[in-house]
Amino acid sequence: MTRPTPTASGEELQFRVKDCALAALATGERAQNLKELRDKLTTVDPASIYYHFWGTLLRPVFDDPRYNNDFAIWVFDALHDQPLAERLGVLDPVDFYDMEELRRELLDIIDEELDLVEVLPWTPRESQFHFMRSQIVVFDSQLTVIDPAGLAGAVSAMSVGSVFYHFVDARRRTPDGIDDFRTWLQGLPGDYSAACDRLAQVDPFFRSLVEIREELFEALLETLTG
Amino acid sequence: MSSSLARYVDITGEDVVNQLRQLAEPLAGKRVVHVNSTRVGGGVAEILAKLVPLMRELGIETTWEVITGDPDFFSVTKSFHNALQGNRVPISASQYDHYEAVNRENAKTLSEKLASADLVFVHDPQPAPLLSFIPKRRGSWIWRCHIDASRPHRPVWKHLRGFVEGYDASIFSLPDFAQRLPHPQYIIPPSIDPLSEKNVDLPASEIDEVCRRHGIDRTRRLAVQVSRFDWFKDPVGVIEAFQLARRSCPDLQLVLAGGTAADDPEGAAVLDAVNTAANGDPDIHILLLPPDAHREINAIQRAADVVLQKSIKEGFGLTVTEALWKARPVIGGNVGGIRLQVIDHHTGFLVSTPEGAALRMCYLLQRPDRLRTMGEKAREFVRENFLLTRHLREYLTVMVALTTGMKDRIELA
Repeated sequence: MTRPTPTASGEELQFRVKDCALAALATGERAQNLKELRDKLTTVDPASIYYHFWGTLLRPVFDDPRYNNDFAIWVFDALHDQPLAERLGVLDPVDFYDMEELRRELLDIIDEELDLVEVLPWTPRESQFHFMRSQIVVFDSQLTVIDPAGLAGAVSAMSVGSVFYHFVDARRRTPDGIDDFRTWLQGLPGDYSAACDRLAQVDPFFRSLVEIREELFEALLETLTG
Repeated sequence: MSSSLARYVDITGEDVVNQLRQLAEPLAGKRVVHVNSTRVGGGVAEILAKLVPLMRELGIETTWEVITGDPDFFSVTKSFHNALQGNRVPISASQYDHYEAVNRENAKTLSEKLASADLVFVHDPQPAPLLSFIPKRRGSWIWRCHIDASRPHRPVWKHLRGFVEGYDASIFSLPDFAQRLPHPQYIIPPSIDPLSEKNVDLPASEIDEVCRRHGIDRTRRLAVQVSRFDWFKDPVGVIEAFQLARRSCPDLQLVLAGGTAADDPEGAAVLDAVNTAANGDPDIHILLLPPDAHREINAIQRAADVVLQKSIKEGFGLTVTEALWKARPVIGGNVGGIRLQVIDHHTGFLVSTPEGAALRMCYLLQRPDRLRTMGEKAREFVRENFLLTRHLREYLTVMVALTTGMKDRIELA
């Protein structure tokens, strides 16, 4: 990876590394029991569902998280309902076309639980669920990858913000809903299908960004170098 | 790169400072005013003293105005503060009138600056009504609430909400503190400045000298709580915890170090209660320090083996951040922003009682290795999350968002 140096040609074929940060906003909506969570989930902005699934990746963690989305974590920690937490925790947002489809699945799972319970578990006010959303700020890292052979090294040196931007956020802004690395490789002259296939196997959700970065590095090293 | 920002590169890395510059670009030449009610004492004044020069260095024309008021005004606003933190404090109609009248007077003095500003940050309840007295304002106004307003006394919040609703955005330190308001509510925890007198590395000789001056024995172990003398900081509970912990750690000493802010009329009463609880115990050092005793506080925190912040209500708890940055695990009350910083068993322990605090003091003091590894983890946690550069980045984000139409995506690249 190098600092960008303007070249007479081929600049449009270079990969510009960007970085990002999320600014968190409270929606003002809260839930203190499962029914309130369900009711708020029906109307909350899809950006809030996005935040409570994907936003967890950019937050500091010390241990492996018990679950990977905030709804499952809250159901376990605050409502102490482990079976429901497990059903929510296994949801992978990659499997859903958009946040609306994911919202419907969340509601189905919670409705099923609500049908079964006689008394709603509730949590003290201090532990209620706060629906949040975020704004994403995209920065220029001032770094550029000139050719595919340099991509593995570049990825290994990226910040977690860059990994989030190019591998996670990309899925909601590219026409095919794929990561930026594949989009870039597919647009270059030459055959990079092996690398693209390998990148497609990297799970973007159930691992930390540091782990994702390592796996991307290995995938690219295997398929694009030597 | 100009000098002040360049000094942060060694601590945070170059990318962090580059991001600040990118965010500041669309704000170049904008006029920004911060307004609060005290120039010295308390976390708000400390943060502004650092943020304002950095914003100027980034090319944003930034000023800091302080409203003035009589003792009755500050007595009412202290009641506001307590009421927002949940105390059922009665405030009379005449007190509300006085609160508004003082703000009306301040608005006359500040009207030109505030009306012409592109962005105005109004900090805490004291100056909140200013907006309603500046009808011909051109910029965006942001109310920054530094207080734990998770369970406000409703009659007082209802009155204050009438002033706050007109703002373009508000900022709270934690999601818990956010309210139902008709505008965007950002969640931005505060921060510390690693280069300030309160946080820079100190030579061992200076730490020794400060301890010697206050009669602290450097050969014995030390627990410290640094915070203003305020009921919500529970200094009497800290003394109880110390007395319990001393049964297992007989060489333990305690320092309660703090001051009172210019806008806090209750400090003297709390200090009296603390002196009564200490009852002349020579191992309890109660230090009433002036608001500018930053290096002294720094030295005392560095002399500590463990740091306490046993608050029963807390907005954020910058003294917690300061201690973590100095690689001291913190035993903190399980409230407010302390929960964001003290990660149980990683950067310290969360407790709810003096007994809990005593238990964790003994645990750490009897395990020096654990104490050291938790301290190292604590420092890195602050580096990643609670330094001034992150705080400034998020303020700049709010400013860019408000001046570019509140889009979900802000592309600087």
